[in-house]
Amino acid sequence: MTTQHRDLLTETGFEELSERQLATPFIRQAVPKATDHTVAAMGALFADHDREALRDRGAAIRDEVIADLETHLVDLVAACEAKGVVVHRATDAAHAREIVRGIVRAADARTVVKSKSMMSEEIELNPALEADGVKVVETDLGEYVVQVSGDRPSHIIAPVIHLPREKVRESLSAVAGEQLPPEAEALTAWAREELRGSFLAAEVGITGVNFGVAETGTLVLVTNEGNARMTTSLPRVHVALMGIERVLPRMEDLAVMLPLLTGHGTGQQISCYVTMIDGPRREDEPDGPEEQHLVLIDNGRSALARSEYADILRCIRCGACQNICPVYRQVGGHAYGWVYGGPIGAVLTPLLRGDEDGGELAQASSLCAACDDICPVKIPLHELLVKLRRRRAEGDSAPRVEKIAFALWSRAWSVPWVYRLSGPLGRLTLLPLARGGRVRRAPRPLARWTSGRSLPLPARRPFHRR
Amino acid sequence: MDRAVVFPTCMGDLVSPQVPERTLGLLRATGCDASAARGGTCCGQPAFSAGHVDAARRVARTTLRALDRTEGDIVVVAGSCAAMMRRHWRELFHGDRDEETATRVSGRVVETSQALAARLPALRRLGLRWRGRVGYHDSCHMLRELRVADEPREVLGAVDGVELVELRHAKRCCGFGGTFSVRYPGVSVAMADTKLDEVSELGLDALVSCDGGCLMQLGGRADATGRDVRPMHLVDLLDEARPR
Repeated sequence: MTTQHRDLLTETGFEELSERQLATPFIRQAVPKATDHTVAAMGALFADHDREALRDRGAAIRDEVIADLETHLVDLVAACEAKGVVVHRATDAAHAREIVRGIVRAADARTVVKSKSMMSEEIELNPALEADGVKVVETDLGEYVVQVSGDRPSHIIAPVIHLPREKVRESLSAVAGEQLPPEAEALTAWAREELRGSFLAAEVGITGVNFGVAETGTLVLVTNEGNARMTTSLPRVHVALMGIERVLPRMEDLAVMLPLLTGHGTGQQISCYVTMIDGPRREDEPDGPEEQHLVLIDNGRSALARSEYADILRCIRCGACQNICPVYRQVGGHAYGWVYGGPIGAVLTPLLRGDEDGGELAQASSLCAACDDICPVKIPLHELLVKLRRRRAEGDSAPRVEKIAFALWSRAWSVPWVYRLSGPLGRLTLLPLARGGRVRRAPRPLARWTSGRSLPLPARRPFHRR
Repeated sequence: MDRAVVFPTCMGDLVSPQVPERTLGLLRATGCDASAARGGTCCGQPAFSAGHVDAARRVARTTLRALDRTEGDIVVVAGSCAAMMRRHWRELFHGDRDEETATRVSGRVVETSQALAARLPALRRLGLRWRGRVGYHDSCHMLRELRVADEPREVLGAVDGVELVELRHAKRCCGFGGTFSVRYPGVSVAMADTKLDEVSELGLDALVSCDGGCLMQLGGRADATGRDVRPMHLVDLLDEARPR
C-alpha cells in the first residue's frame, strides 16, 4: 500500500477540490457534527476558567521563543545531548528525509512504527521509507485507517473525520482478510490486536514532538491512545521529528501550553497520555529505546521567524481553527490540497510552499476571523491571510486580469461623478436580465454570483440623489 | 442637539438606498441633527481584503477627504465597512500624507446599531411596534473587528412585539466574504444554506443584520432557492415598526 501524496494543490486548485468535497454528502454531515462537538466541549471546559488570560500567557511564551529561536534551540540541543539523545538538524524536507532514511538504514530496520506526526506528513516521509523497502505502519488509529485506505489525513487531530464508519470497516476488513463487525469498538479492538504485532516487530519507532523543553531536554508527546508510548519504548531506536518552532523555554511553560493544547484540540483538561521523554534507556532502566534521535526540522521556519508572518510559528497544531472555520466545515481538509487544512493551512501552505504553489489558499477564507478568536495562542490568522493576499497581489502569481480589474475600479471609484454613474450604468446593463427587480441568471463574470443566488438591481434613485 | 452624518456605503447608496435613508430618518426622529454625507464613494474594503492596497487607498482617500469635511459622528450603515474605516484606515494611510486625516476621521466612525443604541430612550419614545419572531445575524467584521454584538440586540429589544430568537449559530459567517463569494461560489452558497436552513427550521418572520453584504448574500440565496426567509436590515425593521 502506498501513502504517496498526490500533489493536488498544484494540479487542481481550491475551487475544484472544494466542489468535489461539497459533492460528498458525508463530509457536510460528519465534519460539522464532529467539529461542533469539539468546540462545544472546549466551551464547556473553559466555562469556569479565564481562557483569555491563559491564551495571553500562551501567546507570550510562544513569542518569547520565536523572538530568539536559535538561542532556545541551542539550549534544547545541549540539554538533549547531555541525556544521550543524538540531535540532527535538517534544513528542509529532503534533508530531513535523508537523515531519517540514514537512521533507519543504520538500524537495519525492516519495519517502522509511527505515532501521529504532522511533521512527517509535511516532509512526506512515508513514501521515502517505503521506496527503501521499509514497511511503515501508522499506529494512531485514525492515521492507520487513513494509511490502509490509501487516503490522506484531513484534520490535524481527527485525521479520519472524512470517512464513514462503513468505509473504515471495509478498509480494515480488507487488511484482515475477513469481514469485520460494524461496531466501532470491535473495529478498534481488531486494529489494536493487529498493531501489537507491528509494535513488537519494529526496529524503529518514529514520532512527532508536541513540545521540546529547552531547560531540561524533555520531549513531550500528547496522545489519547497510548500508541506513542509503545512507539517510543518498544522499538530499539526512537526517532522524534520536531519542527524547530516547537521548543518551549522552561518546564513550567507546560502548565500553560498543555491545557491550551488539549483544551482547544479535544476539549480535554488533559489528554489520556502525556509522555515526557528524557533520553534513551539508561543502564538501570528495564525498558525504552537504546538509541534516540531528535531531528530538528527547519523547512522554512527560521526565515518565517524573521518575517512579518512570524506569528504563525506560535501554532501548536491543536486544530481548533479547523473546528470553528465555516469554510472547513463545508469542505473538510482535503480541499486544501496539501498537509494542513483550514485556516492554519490557508496561511501555512503559501508560507511553506510559496505563492506559486500555495498562494491561492489565502483566498480560501471569507475572512470571518472566527479562527482568530478561538486560537489558543492568539494567532491573528485573518490578518495574516490579508497580508498573504497582499503579497500575492503585489507579486507575479496573481492573475493579471484581477490586477487590472482592481486598478480600473479604483480609478473610476475615486472620482465621485464617475462612481455615481456606475449605479445607473449597472442598472441599464442588468435591466434586460431582471425580473421583479432581481437578476436570477447572468452571463460571466456575473454568473459567478448568480449561480445559486439572485442579484438585486441597482436602485432607480440612489441615496445621493434623494 | 448632537450632530451626525450618515455614510451610505457604496452598496447602501447604489443598491439599497432605503437603508441610509431610514437610518437618517430614525436618527432625526431621536433628536439628532443628522444629514447625509456627500461626496464619498466606497471605503475601499473590497480591494483591501483582496490584497490590492493601492487600489483600496485610492478609493478610500476620496471618501476619507469627503468625510473630513463633515462634523459629528459618522454613522456607517454596514458593519464591515464601519470596521474597515475604524480599524483599517489608519493602517491603510500609515505614513501617507492623509495619515492624520485618517486618524481623525476613523475615530468618528460608528456603526448604525451603535448610533441607535446610544439613543435608546429616545428610540423607545417613538413607540416602535412590530409583531413577529426575529433572528439576528452577526456580521463577522462588526462582531470580531468592532466587537459590536449587544447593540443591535438592544435596539431590537426596544421594539414592542419583537420576539428575539437567538440563532444557534448567529455568529457563524454567512459565506459572503467579498471576493470570496465569487471566487468560490459553491462553498459560499453552502455556507449561506447552513444559516438559512436554521432560520427556515425556526420559522422566523425576519432575519435581521446590520450589513449589506450579508443581506445581499442571504437574500440572494433565499430568493434563488424559494425559501420563505426574509433577511432585512435593522433599520428596515425599525422603519416598519414606526407608527404611521
